[in-house]
Amino acid sequence: MFTAFLVGSIIIILTDLAVLDAFKNFFGAPGAALSAAWKAITTAYGSLFEGSLGSPARMIAALQSGDSEAIGDAFYPIGESLVAATPYIFAGLSVAVGFRCGLFNIGAEGQLFIGAICSVWVGFTFKGLPAIVHIPLALVAGAAGGALWAFVPAILKAKAGAHEVINTIMMNYVAFRLSEWLLNGPLKRPESANPVSPFIEQSAELPRFFPDPIRFHMGFFIALGVAAFIYWFLFKTTLGFEIRTVGANANAAKYAGMNITRNLIIAMCLSGALAGLAGANEVLGVNHNLANAFSAGYGFDSIALALLGKSHPLGVVLAALLFGTLRSGSTRMQNVAQIPVDIISVIQALVIAFIAAPAIIRALYRLKAAGEGEGAVFTRGWGK
Amino acid sequence: MPPILELHGITKRFPGVLANDHIDLTLNESEILALLGENGAGKSTLMNVLYGLYQPDEGEISVKGNKIKVHSPNDAIAAGVGMVHQHFMLVPVLTVTENVMLGVESLVGGVFLDRKSAAARIRQISKQYGLEADPEAYIKDLPVGIQQRVEIIKLLYRNANILILDEPTAVLTPQEADELFKIMRSLAAQGKSIIFITHKLKEVLAVADRINVLRLGKVVGAADPKTATETQLASMMVGRSVELTVHKEKAKPGEVILQVKDLRVLDDRENLVVDGVALDVRSGEVVGVAGVQGNGQTELVEALTGLRSVLSGHIHINSHETTHASPRQVVELGVAHVPEDRQRDGLVLSYPVADNMVLNTYYLPPFARGVVIQQPEVEKAAGERVHQFDVRTPGISTSAGSLSGGNQQKVIVAREFSRPIKLLIAAQPTRGLDVGSIEYIHGRIVEKRDAGCAVLLVSTELDEILALADRVAVMYRGRVVAVVDRASVTKEYLGLLMAGVSPDQIAKPERGEEVKAVF
Repeated sequence: MFTAFLVGSIIIILTDLAVLDAFKNFFGAPGAALSAAWKAITTAYGSLFEGSLGSPARMIAALQSGDSEAIGDAFYPIGESLVAATPYIFAGLSVAVGFRCGLFNIGAEGQLFIGAICSVWVGFTFKGLPAIVHIPLALVAGAAGGALWAFVPAILKAKAGAHEVINTIMMNYVAFRLSEWLLNGPLKRPESANPVSPFIEQSAELPRFFPDPIRFHMGFFIALGVAAFIYWFLFKTTLGFEIRTVGANANAAKYAGMNITRNLIIAMCLSGALAGLAGANEVLGVNHNLANAFSAGYGFDSIALALLGKSHPLGVVLAALLFGTLRSGSTRMQNVAQIPVDIISVIQALVIAFIAAPAIIRALYRLKAAGEGEGAVFTRGWGK
Repeated sequence: MPPILELHGITKRFPGVLANDHIDLTLNESEILALLGENGAGKSTLMNVLYGLYQPDEGEISVKGNKIKVHSPNDAIAAGVGMVHQHFMLVPVLTVTENVMLGVESLVGGVFLDRKSAAARIRQISKQYGLEADPEAYIKDLPVGIQQRVEIIKLLYRNANILILDEPTAVLTPQEADELFKIMRSLAAQGKSIIFITHKLKEVLAVADRINVLRLGKVVGAADPKTATETQLASMMVGRSVELTVHKEKAKPGEVILQVKDLRVLDDRENLVVDGVALDVRSGEVVGVAGVQGNGQTELVEALTGLRSVLSGHIHINSHETTHASPRQVVELGVAHVPEDRQRDGLVLSYPVADNMVLNTYYLPPFARGVVIQQPEVEKAAGERVHQFDVRTPGISTSAGSLSGGNQQKVIVAREFSRPIKLLIAAQPTRGLDVGSIEYIHGRIVEKRDAGCAVLLVSTELDEILALADRVAVMYRGRVVAVVDRASVTKEYLGLLMAGVSPDQIAKPERGEEVKAVF
């Protein structure tokens, strides 16, 4: 990850015009060029972390002053990071569960849309329910919607052998267009000119813990709870054992008497339900309505995220926190340091590339010896 | 003249394992040196050190008296050392010539591959050493034995003088192995030196000039193939005296446990590969199914264990109809299955040993309560089984994939034999295993038989069938051509049946010599 930031800083230098100008005169004034480069990097990363985690000095000052508004301002960035991390946790778990069963669920984005649609509908349709009923109902609706959307490619794979990658991609398009149509038609907010849904009832909103503008809400804790549940499910139950076995070696799973078809369908629907929860979380916790562009590609980022987290719930949570932090800090980086948000995408990509290709890192830092031991116990492993 | 290759004090440590412990080895010119040892004895590690795939922690390597450093296979090749891996490193869609040229391409005009001169050199090498191979043929069209020759040609093309052959006969038929031995002798006669890695005793005695035995990372002795016997070598390998023959009492067959009637089964390409098989196996007896690989044995076993659907016919296990039963139903009737391909079907290599020990009982008490797996129970049972079945593993949380083949097989045997079973279906139970493991697994199978279990043993190794079976069923082209009493047959007789000669045509044992021509 350090390497990713390092390479990221080179890109920052190369894309910063002022620095490039200074470098043109490198031989005349090398000190000026280097300090310009250093300044560009520190402003960029400084604002990135200030934007995502907040400034410690401001936090202390605000706490000392006791002014609630100042405290809110100081802690706003870190709250936003957690808000951004929450859908990543759900969607990352979704893809991770698929990976564990040997399924490549590229349809998380579509399942997320359907989940959002279902929960927003439950959110504004039922009126007068107590929050304790309404919130779970809306969440369950979101999960059910996502699961249903995933069930289609699952059954196609199980019964007809159709590859889930193709079908989940296709289901994405169906979901996107379906939501556009719904937002322009049946689900359109009557008083609005834009394609947005009505606001959900207050009883369906996930509670927030701090006064505005801090949007940090209960969804984060639900996400952690779900992550813990998925860990328990995958590693402590018989069904989780079956799903992992089907993913690790389908032949051995069949030999051991496991029902492969059933496990594929269960895993895919669970994956869809989790993606649906990601969508539900966004509409119930953040937006309180559904607009077309509400998802910032969470479903797609989550594929990378699940890889980064090695498809393990704990890894997914950590990776989601990283992604959320990077994303929420990127806005400030853009404002203060004039660095485009795309740099964040570049850094995300670099983090993934370096984690996916440990060999590069090893070569960079000459950690060759460490890798040798892995193959060692295989008496003939290298011949394959 | 100094020896062509000398290894001195080679030591290689892996975390927790001393794979090579101060090994000294000398190879003379024009010599075939056999390196004999069980799986995990350190043979492959040693050769990987020599070939530059591992760096030794201590020790030095000299070629013709000059010390060399081998950092990569390129250094090894430059020093004239070449290796044929157990799994071939060939590109199936390229021709023999192209494969041989790969990495040392000669060019015409700096751009185009000079296939013509390369092919000419391959022909010349083929002729010189008796390595028949058509340079124009595509690898994918060639039988395994020829592919192996291409690997050897590759080394000679790179002017290797020292050839390392790692378990070269593991993938060959007996006839192909004999061909290989001829080639090895021809290579040695023309000045090449060969290190031949194996754990098969017969081959060592047949082809080697000198034998070094490795055990637990050390050279434990040398032997002269002219005077050594198989039993001696086996004891040296294993470190204790080994029974090469299985001792067993006469079978006491009881009631019929497995009954197969007119079974017909299709393979994946919809060919009829099991064609009307009828078979009975009684409790307390071992029925061996002999046959050359690919005569329907694999599909027969899959059908019996519920892994493959049955076209027609009937299977009864313990008087339950199981013709269309699922694998789980079959297992729950008390059937143990040691699958033919242990890594494909029998184990999840990425799982720890403990999980593999309960791969088909994870859902039953005491391993599960409701849907929750009782990890302490799983670990307790796994620990006991590892101990009871002598699985050599650093621990029950070690992944199955990091165990040697013999220990992987022991994990499967431990799992299957720890359940109360009435029928054992064992397919190629000792394929690729070393002497010690074979002895152990054979002993366990006989033990199960004596405990009243019905055993169906499928093996392509005739020696194994003869050692274990009480009755022998010979399969040829999907049919059981004969079921005979073990006591009344010879190896030659079974060999003929396996080759498709009908039982009526084989008149009497004295005609054995004429009959051999059929092979």
